[in-house]
Parts: sequence; structure tokens; C-alpha cells
Amino acid sequence: MYDEKNCRFAKSHEWAFAEGDVATVGISDYAQKEISDIVFVELPKAGAQVEQGKPCAVIESVKAAADFFAPVSGEVVAVNDAIVDNPALVNQSAHGEGWFFKIKMSKPAELEALMDFAAYQSTAAH
Amino acid sequence: MNDSPLKRTPLFDALLQAGGRMVDFHGWEMPVQFAGILAEHQAVRAACGVFDVSHMGQVFISGQEAHRFVEHVNCNRMSSDPGKGTYAHILAEDGGILDDAITFCLGPERFLAIVNAATADRDFAWFRKQAADFAVELDHASDRYGMLAVQGPAAPALVGELFPAALALPRFGIAELPWAGEMAFVMRTGYTGEDGFEVAASPAGTLAFWEALRAKGGPHGLVPCGLGSRDTLRLEAGYLLYGADADETRTPYEANCGWVVKLQKGDFIGREALIRRKEAGFKEKLTGVRLLARGVPRHGCAVFRDGRKVGELCSATFAPSLDAGIGVGYLAPEAWEAGTRVEVEIHGKKIAAETVRGPFRKNSV
Repeated sequence: MYDEKNCRFAKSHEWAFAEGDVATVGISDYAQKEISDIVFVELPKAGAQVEQGKPCAVIESVKAAADFFAPVSGEVVAVNDAIVDNPALVNQSAHGEGWFFKIKMSKPAELEALMDFAAYQSTAAH
Repeated sequence: MNDSPLKRTPLFDALLQAGGRMVDFHGWEMPVQFAGILAEHQAVRAACGVFDVSHMGQVFISGQEAHRFVEHVNCNRMSSDPGKGTYAHILAEDGGILDDAITFCLGPERFLAIVNAATADRDFAWFRKQAADFAVELDHASDRYGMLAVQGPAAPALVGELFPAALALPRFGIAELPWAGEMAFVMRTGYTGEDGFEVAASPAGTLAFWEALRAKGGPHGLVPCGLGSRDTLRLEAGYLLYGADADETRTPYEANCGWVVKLQKGDFIGREALIRRKEAGFKEKLTGVRLLARGVPRHGCAVFRDGRKVGELCSATFAPSLDAGIGVGYLAPEAWEAGTRVEVEIHGKKIAAETVRGPFRKNSV
């Protein structure tokens, strides 16, 4: 099982955790705190192609909307409908029940361009 | 952005200490939230919350013709009963809304107008211009007063501990009561749809009131609240936000506030223009919209009926007490009837919605 310490992070605050060629993705705990009270999440459909760094989901808090940028490229193979029904799960557990979707990676090497937890922590703090 | 530094209320340090996340609100550095908008919203609906509203303006109107002047610059019939306030719009000659404000009668020759922060200076200049023919004195006292709003079903019990006399106040009532060695104005008003009070006092008195509330508030479920929950609460309650939902290009009729216009009361600024514009008819009216599917509407979202654009939302949000997206916008006549099926365009997608009359939920007051 993953937790934030073994995830890879994008500068735009998404995380990816790879098992084989499938990556589970979500937003960081830092991001959920910043966004605060998440009340709506729109996810891509299973089967959709996503591209690293491109917006592919929407996160809405009471005050504002934020884009979710795919941390890696590939095909969406599963989505977490639980956060569509109960968006607060993302605030409660950004690295657990609040995961967004799973990507069958077309370019696993992209993971290398993401940061490890320590590097992410030092950038997110600024 | 302008370069002038942001103004701070007497509570600035206390708000930071309480965990306030500060933002620029019309030139004021104000908290948008403390623990979170949803928690604050729910606290006000179920228990109580305290809001710093010190940025709002206070204008005293006194003198022999004070009541006649108050009638002249407001479109509603203004109470001259000491201890009573009246909500009204302040209109320009052309009937456009310059501000919405509550004016309290303090005595036969003394009134207090509570005006919006962003318009306080303009209101005062407007009042001065109009006052030339009246035996009145005007006092822009905004810098001498801070103000707190304590709102929610538990607000009377809490405020009653500090101001026992406040419990006798009717809705829109005001009393001048001793507080921290001086006098404070205690008003039974608010912007949330819940029972509650607003208290205007000196900066030091306001800080002392904040501290007393924080000390006694725990058992009453009091939480500090920011502008974020203030907005979700007022939108659910069907209250106007001046600058967003009404401005000088709109009349009270278009703002769906025809009830504040009393044409029969006699002359007031904007009356002739209102009669003329009402006869000509209006092309748009502020109309409530509630989403029937998931989504969070925002300011600027287009509204469609049968594929034709009928207007845009000027205020919109997720409504925590309804678990639905809501908004208000100036819509064309074919969308005025409550229950009209419309669509709201959000991120390029049209989401099913319907129009709603009046408050989005039943207000407690």
C-alpha cells in the first residue's frame, strides 16, 4: 500500500504511485489543505487518454476551481467514484480513500521527472 | 491593483491569532476563512459564529430634519420610531442603486446608517451633496467604530450573557448599551438568514467584545467565521451583495427588491426615474437558479433556456445547507417564473438547473 512517503510528486501538487505499469494518482495533502473544503470533483472516464502535465480533471472548493494535471501519461483504467459522491474524502485522506484514478502508463520513464517526497516537501513549503 | 496599503480592522491581530486566512476585500485585509468555509457555515446554521464586519461604514445623521433627510435619500418608508431600523436602497437620480443599507432611528433627531465598506466614502459624499437643503449634520464615523456580527440559533443565549437587554430587541431593533466603560450599539440584524446581532463599538470596545465572545462562546458552539461562509450563508438566505448583485446600473425592481420601494411615501431621490423605468418595463431581473445535477456554478456562468442564452450569474456558489450549486443572475423574462428549467454552463458543459423564487432555503428570521 502507498502513503505519501513512497509517492512521486508533480510541481502542480499531484502524486503518482506506480505498481508495475499502473499508477494510482491523486492530489497531495498539502494541496487538499490549500484548496480546502472540496465539494465537487470531475474525473476523466475510464478509457480516456491523459498526457503528463495536461489538465484532465477538475477540483472545486466552495471558493474556487482548480485543474488536476495528469502526473504521467497513459490510459485511465479505473476511476474513484467514491470521491465524486463524497468529495470530502479528498480532504480527509488525500493519499488513501481520496485517490483520483489509475493510469496504465504509456511512458513509465516520466515518473523519473517527478519529485520524491522529500524534494516535494521542500518545494511545496515555498 | 492599486498600491495603497490594505486597511486593517481593530481585530487584525486577533483574527490572525484565531487562524484567519487573510485576503484583499475591497481594500481591506480580511479573513476569508478560519477552520474552513463548510464548518463555519454549518456552525452558524446549527449553533453560532462571529464575523468581523468592522470594514462596514457608520454614518450618523442628526438634526431637526434628520428624518426628512433619511426619507429623501432612501427609497423605503423609513422608521422614525426610536430603536427601529429599516433596510432600504440609496438611489441615484436615475433610480440606479448607489448602495443598500440599514438606517436605524436612535431618537427623533438622530439616525445611524450602516453602509457597505466599498461604498462608504461615496455614500457620505452623496449624503453631503444632498444635505445642502436640510437642517442636518452628517458624521462619517466609520473609523471610530468596529463591528462584529454574532449569528446563529445560539447567538441570543451567548450575546444575552454579555448584553442581557439585547434579548428584548425585536428583529431590526437597536439599543445603545453600556459596554467596557463606553456605549455600544447592539442591533438585532444580520446577513445569514439566522437570528443574531451586530454590535458596533469603538475599536477597543470591539476587541474587548471579541475577547469576551471567545471566552464565553465555547459552550454555545461559537466559531470565528470569514468572508467565505458569510457569502454562502447570505446567498442561501437570498440577500443581495452590493457590487456583485446590484450596482448603479440597476434599479431595485430589477434587483428583485421592489418591496423596498415605496412610491406612495412621497418624494425621494430617484422616484421620478423609477416610475418612468417601471412603466417602460424591464428586460432583466435578478433571478435565483439552483442546479439539478452536480457542479459548482461561479460568477459569470452563462444561463440558457431552450438553447438560448438568457443571462449570466453574478453570484454563485456551492450551497452547503442545500448540498447543491446555487446562484443569482440578471435573466431575461422567459426565465423569471419559478421552476423554469434552464441550463448553467460550467467549464463548457451545460448543467440542468431550475429557477427559484426568494431565499433558497427558509430563513429563521
